[in-house]
This record gives sequence, C-alpha cells and structure tokens, in this order.
Amino acid sequence: MKNTDTAGLEKEFQDRIDRGEIIEPKDWMPERYRKQLIRMMSQHAHSEVVGMLPEGNWITRAPSLRRKAVLLAKVQDEAGHGLYIYSAAETLGADRKDLLAEFLSGRAKYSSIFNYPTLTWADMGAIGWLVDGAAIINQTALAKCSYGPYARAMIRICKEENFHHKQGYEILSTLMKGSLPQRAMAQDAVNRWWWPSLMMFGPQDANSPNSEELLRWKVKKYSNDELRQRFIDRTVPQAEHIGLSFPDPLLKWNEKRRHYDFGKINWEEFFNVINGRGPCNRERMKARKKADEDGLWVRLAAEAYAAKHPNLN
Amino acid sequence: MSSKNKPGNDLFLYLLRLGDTSLVLSHRLAEWCGHGPILEEDIAMTNISLDLIGQARILLGYASRVEGKGRSEDDLAYLREERAFYNVLLAEQPNGDFACTMVRQLFISSYQFFLFEALQKSADETIAAFAAKSLKEVTYHLRHSSEWVLRLGDGTAESREKTVQAVNELWMYTRDLFDMDSVDRNLLTAGIAPDMNLVKEKWEQKITGVLKESTIPVPPSDAWMASGSREGKHTEHLGYLLAEMQILPRTYPGASW
Amino acid sequence: MSTTENTQWKLWEVFTQPKQGEPYEHAGSLRAPDKEIALQNARDVYARRNEAVSIWVVPSECIAATSPADSGSFFDPANDKVYRHPTFYKTPEGVKF
Repeated sequence: MKNTDTAGLEKEFQDRIDRGEIIEPKDWMPERYRKQLIRMMSQHAHSEVVGMLPEGNWITRAPSLRRKAVLLAKVQDEAGHGLYIYSAAETLGADRKDLLAEFLSGRAKYSSIFNYPTLTWADMGAIGWLVDGAAIINQTALAKCSYGPYARAMIRICKEENFHHKQGYEILSTLMKGSLPQRAMAQDAVNRWWWPSLMMFGPQDANSPNSEELLRWKVKKYSNDELRQRFIDRTVPQAEHIGLSFPDPLLKWNEKRRHYDFGKINWEEFFNVINGRGPCNRERMKARKKADEDGLWVRLAAEAYAAKHPNLN
Repeated sequence: MSSKNKPGNDLFLYLLRLGDTSLVLSHRLAEWCGHGPILEEDIAMTNISLDLIGQARILLGYASRVEGKGRSEDDLAYLREERAFYNVLLAEQPNGDFACTMVRQLFISSYQFFLFEALQKSADETIAAFAAKSLKEVTYHLRHSSEWVLRLGDGTAESREKTVQAVNELWMYTRDLFDMDSVDRNLLTAGIAPDMNLVKEKWEQKITGVLKESTIPVPPSDAWMASGSREGKHTEHLGYLLAEMQILPRTYPGASW
Repeated sequence: MSTTENTQWKLWEVFTQPKQGEPYEHAGSLRAPDKEIALQNARDVYARRNEAVSIWVVPSECIAATSPADSGSFFDPANDKVYRHPTFYKTPEGVKF
C-alpha cells in the first residue's frame, strides 16, 4: 500500500519536473532528491569557502591599492556565496553546523581546483578568468535548476561573479602588456590552471555516476561534457586576443563540429586530488579547521551574552 | 628636519599619517579574510578592511597631489620604507586572537570617529569632504567593534579573560594616537587639523564607557605608554608587514599591474 | 573539539527594502547570536552592494508558513472571485477613472 503511494507521489513529482515546475522547500520530494541536493549544495558551499584560501593568499601582496581592494572584495564575495548556498541547503532540513562537521571531518568533498597552490600574482588572474569563468558556466546552468532556493542563490551569485571573471582577465591582459617577466608570469599561471579548470566540470559523462538522475530531475540541465565544451569554446578566443596560449597541442578549431577539439584530460590526477592526494589538500583543511576551532570561543561568548540579555533575542 | 618646515610639507605629512593608519589597519584586517570565527564575521571584517583601503586611497591620492612630485598613491604605499611610514603604532600591531583584533578596532575606530568628526570642519575642503564621507563608515566600525567588545567582555569566562588581556596589551599604544608635534600644531593654527587633546577627551570617555559596560577594567593611568609614530619610529612589526605588502612593486621596478 | 558543543548560532531571515517606499523583500537568511548582530550581519551580507535602505531580521523559527497541502483550500477559492478585480465592472464610455 505504502509502496504504491510513494510510487504515485514520485510519478507526480517527476511530472511536475517535466512540466518545468520549480520545487519549493515544503513540497513533497523523493528522499533521494533531497539527499542529492543537500550533497551537491553543501559541496558547492564548502568549495566557495575553501576557495577563499588560494586567493586570500595574495591579498596582502596585491601589487596596487586598486588590485588589493578588488581582490579583497572578490574573496569576500566567496564567503557570501558559501553563506547563500549553506542557507539554501538549510531549507532542505540540513543544518549548517552538521554540514560543516561533515566537511571538517573530511567526509564531504569540495571542488578539487582549490587544492592547487597560488604561486605568483598571475595566478589571481588565471583563477578569476579560468576558474571563475568555468564556475559561471556551471552556475548559470544551475540557476535554472528545479530546486527553487538553489536556483535563486545561483542567480544572485552569477550576478556577483561576473566581476570576478572580468577582473581576472584584466589582471592577465595587463600583465601581457607588461615586461617580459610579467608576460612569462601570466603564461606560466595559465599553463598551470588550464587543465584543472577543465576538470572543474566533473568526469566525462560516461564516468559520472550521478549525472543521469540529476539530469532527469533537472537539477543538472546540461551534461559535464557539454558545459566543458561551452567553456573551451568561449575561452580560447579570449586567450588568443591577449596573446596567451594553452598547454594543449591538440587544441584546435574543428570547422565540422563548430567546436574546439582538445586533448585528453588526466583523470587520474583529478580523482587523486578529489580524494585528498593533491598539493594543498592538507593545508586547506588545516586552515578551515583552525578557523573553526579558533572561532568557537567567540561564537560561544556571543551566545552566552545573548542568554544574559533576553531583550536581544 | 628643517627642510620639512614648509606648510605644504606639514599637510603632506599629516595626510600620510591619516592615510598610512587606514592602509596598515586595512592590511591587518585583510589577513583575517578566510580565517574568521564564522562566515558572517569574515564578511564583516572584510567590509571594514575595504572601507579603510578606500580611505587610504583618497588620503594618499591627495597627499600625492599636495607633494606634487609625481609620486602616485601606489608609489607612496609601495615604495616608502618603514621610517617614512607614519601610521599610528596601534594599527600595525598583529591581529592576535579575535579579542585582540576587536579591541584594536574599538580603540582605532573610536579615535577615527572623533578625529573625523572634528575634521569635517577642517579649513582644507578636501579633508573636510573626506572626513564627512569616512565618518559614516567609521560610525559603523565603531558600532561593530563596541558591540563585539561587549559580547566578548561580558560573554564567557574565557572570552572575558582574552579581552582583558587584549586591552592590557594594546593600551600602551593608545597615547601615541593623540601625540602632537609641530605638524599638528601648525595645522591646528591654520584651522586644518583639530586639537588632539579634545579628541582624546572624547575618546577616553567613549572607551571608558564601553569597557565598563563590558566589565573590563580600564588600565591604570600611570601605565607605560609607547610613542613615536609621528617621527616614523615604529614597533618591529611594521617592517614585516611592509616587506609582504611591497614585494611585487619592489621586485619589478616600474611595472604596471 | 567535539562537534556536539560546536555552534553556528541561530538562523535568521532577512528582509530588505530596496528603496524608500517599496515593500520589503525576503533577501535570504544568515546566522547570528542575537538581533543586533543579526542586523549587522544582514547589512554586511545582503546590503554590501547598495541593495537596501532598511533591513528587518526575524528569527527563522518565528515564521509560520502555509504548507503545500494547504494550497488547495487556501488559494484556489480566490480563483473565481472575478468581482474583486476592477476589470469586472462596465462603465459608460468616455468616463475617466
């Protein structure tokens, strides 16, 4: 009896999705939809928060006051984006505290891109242009996803993230107009960030275990490979425009496909980094754990104060 | 220092003092970015840091025009050495824990609040306009840091202890905020800068009030006090801060970024 | 540090007024220990791009909401009351309203 009920509800749910309806927090949804969304959103939120670290690394060394203000505002936005997405995940009954505990214990994942080191100032350009460029393509797709709060968070984030992308490109194009060492710095950064950026779209469709279900639920609207191709097609001409190249001898316009062809991605590296075997995984986790532990007495103090002053509640 | 006696030079030095204080404090707060006690507070400290860097740009930009030697705001920020920086000593003190950062912020925001309030009436129109704009920012910084010192002081036993310690450690740098030398006196006579003794009185009243409400004892009036920022004599911390901040423009002389 | 004693503060809903005279809109939520910090955090999180001239914060637990099961009985009955809308009424031609 119960089984047929659930089956009926599930069918109705799928029909709503197929009609393009948006699911809101209190609507009935399959438990697996809820779980998958919490997983995706919390990974996304953790990524935003960890994403503050590689760029935060250069705020105090930004080479002009203008650049410093811009970078600071950008990293601040990432904290905001993490916050928006945690809030969206909380509408599904998850608690930020529990999501953070999952993350700090190493059980929850975050985007592998932030486990690469930022070695020079040009990395700020490469991250803004490539990493944020890839993120925008992912997030623009998510802004149309079937879960209302997630979609709305993405709309807000995409609006804010556009400046991130542009400031990155501006950093690189300024370097490319500069001295020989500056141009070399820019090219080196792009060489290091290109392949990891392509990995940001996730494994190839054939190896992406969650994709089929997420596409059916319209949580994802496009496959990993489609979005990756879109990113490459958009980015290559931008690189050419300022005289940068990508470290891929197979990267070439294919007139027949009307797309760029590109070389093979090193998926072994991707899975290694995702699973904790990347250059900065340890530092990133250590930094976030330290912030949480060092902040605990502050959070407790504020709660103790609020308990003493009921008029503040 | 007799070559520095021209009135334009007084104004230039005065602008550096104000601008360097905002710049150096902004730098310190930016060090928190990504490491704050909770996401919301991370965002709040960054906002304050951004206000301060905005202030620094206005002040150093004006200083560069007053000097008239073609040094840009960035040249002033990135190519001066420790002894040519004039920020107050308190601004360069390391972040320490969150209590230390909030107490430092309370002390400096309160100082900036009463200083900028007075500077709104400066005979120098650019300074007056700057003060009016920045006073709004600083009013918020003061509210933010006062509310936090209240919570930390009157929160848990642990937070109270850390706050008492922070006040005791930073107190010795508070007289330096109000020291006056010939630059201050000349600009006071010209109606450009206020009498720092009056600023100090208001500051003491405000800080005593916040500390009392936070159950934190006010350090004794005979406590030893550091000074020297007016002459560019700093604590050892500033050199490291500048080394980090200035590395790129110094490594690539003349480069554009 | 055990996670049971950890805290991320309580949840608040933030409403912002984009311009004077306009209605307040739900901007999002955040964590804060009390209403003063909730207001400050709301200002820093949801109004740092000039999005608001005024802010309300409400503890999330204080908000009551209709559930999807209510939607039939709450909202459908309003479907057929066309007489509540001005277009329902005929007026002589040439009269201005």
